Amino acid sequence: METLLQQIVNGLVVGSVYALVALGYTMVYGILGLINFAHGEVVMVGALTALQTLLFLMGVAPDMAPLLKLAIAVLVAVPVCMILGFLMERLAYRRLRGAPRLAPLITAIGMSFLLQTLAMIIWGRNYHTFPQLISTDPLQPIDGVFITPVQIAIVIISALMMAGLILLVTKTRLGRAMRATAENHRVASLMGVDTNAIIALTFVIGAGLAAVAGVMFASNYGIAHYAMGFMPGLKAFTAAVLGGIGNLGGAMLGGIVLGLVEAVGAGYIETMTFGFLNSSYQDIFAFVILGIVLIFRPTGLLGERVSDRA
Amino acid sequence: MKKTGIAIAIMGLGFGLLSNGVSAADMVVKLGHVGPLTGSISHLGKDNENGALLAVEEYNAKGVTIGGKKVKFELVGEDDQADPRTGTTVAQRLVDAEVVGVVGHLNSGTTIPASRIYNQAGIPMISPSATNPKLTQQNYAGVFRTIANDVQQGSAIGKFATGALGAKSIAIIDDRTAYGQGLADEVEKAAKASGGKVVAREFTTDKATDFMAILTKIKAQNPDVIFFGGMDAQGGPMLRQLKQLGINAKFITGDGGCTGEIIKLAGDALGSTSYCTQAGLPLDKMPGGKDFKERYKKRFNLDVQIYAPYAYDAAAAMIEAMKAADSTAPAKYLPALKKINFQGVTGNVAFDDKGDIKEGAITVYQFKDGGWNPVN
Repeated sequence: METLLQQIVNGLVVGSVYALVALGYTMVYGILGLINFAHGEVVMVGALTALQTLLFLMGVAPDMAPLLKLAIAVLVAVPVCMILGFLMERLAYRRLRGAPRLAPLITAIGMSFLLQTLAMIIWGRNYHTFPQLISTDPLQPIDGVFITPVQIAIVIISALMMAGLILLVTKTRLGRAMRATAENHRVASLMGVDTNAIIALTFVIGAGLAAVAGVMFASNYGIAHYAMGFMPGLKAFTAAVLGGIGNLGGAMLGGIVLGLVEAVGAGYIETMTFGFLNSSYQDIFAFVILGIVLIFRPTGLLGERVSDRA
Repeated sequence: MKKTGIAIAIMGLGFGLLSNGVSAADMVVKLGHVGPLTGSISHLGKDNENGALLAVEEYNAKGVTIGGKKVKFELVGEDDQADPRTGTTVAQRLVDAEVVGVVGHLNSGTTIPASRIYNQAGIPMISPSATNPKLTQQNYAGVFRTIANDVQQGSAIGKFATGALGAKSIAIIDDRTAYGQGLADEVEKAAKASGGKVVAREFTTDKATDFMAILTKIKAQNPDVIFFGGMDAQGGPMLRQLKQLGINAKFITGDGGCTGEIIKLAGDALGSTSYCTQAGLPLDKMPGGKDFKERYKKRFNLDVQIYAPYAYDAAAAMIEAMKAADSTAPAKYLPALKKINFQGVTGNVAFDDKGDIKEGAITVYQFKDGGWNPVN
């Protein structure tokens, strides 16, 4: 029983990070119909920028409170990633907006390679130790089930940011403009919405979320590396598709479900298949679930609510 | 790089002519050495080269007579940059330079492809540091190593876990690479053979950072010891996650995790219940270690890094075999090399029929006082 509960906790923590990154994919897809494969790299840039800031702070002000240091690091990483998101859209994707869908997709993959290589040049090939400023000493809320303060922080911060995003999109004027742009660019611009600004803003918000996800990811595992964004990016994309790409609620649900499926899958796949498969198939397990969901619900768990565009 | 290569070649040629001119009566015999002399592990490559060079110089000073002629040995050093492709290029260069034997290479990844080239040319090679079992499993007649391979390492880990650590149950994780998987399989075999029970066999990848799911599963089996076959970049986060899950089992990893890097990556999750292993004895424990350390320091004004004594023994084994066969022709001294048996710096040097060192030593290290310390 404790094992199952522990696996659920593991799944929730990983799933929250996936969900936060998946939001970036799904927002951009909802508005542009573009899968921004470079989004995972924004996560990495966020983590490494925060690391750089932390190292600088530890050098100039070693006595500063750890939480304050972390807060400053996040406050540096988020704008850096936002600028990166803005530049990506302005320089690479805007020019291709009228182009066939394949062109921006390939551009996104190229952007991903470019960012990874740049990061490798700046931060080198070695793994970096990310200072763990929030305690990682495990707590035991239920006997035999362990959770660390940093993991609790990850789940809470993710939930708050997702709730904030939902409020932004559903309740504000800006959100209404975003929804209008997603529904139809031309009509939205005829109604006086500055669609270029809205699209740029979508990239900026997504990149900001990714930066926070990057810092959370690095604090939890204690490492940062130029290729660290690739796997979470891929998983978050899967989560977005699983939940129904283009749908905010779907991205969150998809992230959590994917995290849970992975953890429980890795834990029980051997028992479930009577020893035929083992944990080296844990990633396949997640994709099998994705396949099954897509067979019965081709638009994902919550469906794609964005209407077809001309 | 090319220019340097040419420059070195010309210099080598120059020295060759020079030494020929100086002692025309002596027969000059060329031995090759290959290791990474540039790049991130160039300090280890140079260390190997110095080890081999020391052996050559000491034999030259003593004077060796083969086939009635006085022989002067010469070491031709090449740089493979720890890159498999460069490794084969420089291997061919050594073959063309007509060396009669090669000490090297340093990495398993460069040694295995290069060994094919030496084998085709019929030149014996002895690696002082490549541990991948595949090297000697290719059944090439002239391939040897003076260091224990991963099969030997795996069996030492299995025995240490069930013996010294008294483990009844052991959980094994590997990263599905040739190295990690190979080592983990050997650990499993050895642990079972010495009465241990393998309660979990889990897998991850060499790119993963999250091991919570498989560790939670392992925790339910409550093993005494957890072994991880993989590199330090995974081992570090794995140690942290063990602590986060409140798992108190002892932790062992192989030479891939026996580094200073893992100490940084694991942080305070490393403790006195963490162990790692490395092929080879610590220098001070080798039969000829203390004396070698002084001779090396006196000659190069440098400290021994790791594998220099193994490179020394590799070069010495070749020269001893030539003496025994009374010939420097590769085809003639190879049978003698297969049967060689002498007391080297690292211990008794003798090869089994595959070319692996017979009494390969493995050292177990325990984490203590902020570093890895050998366990007696």
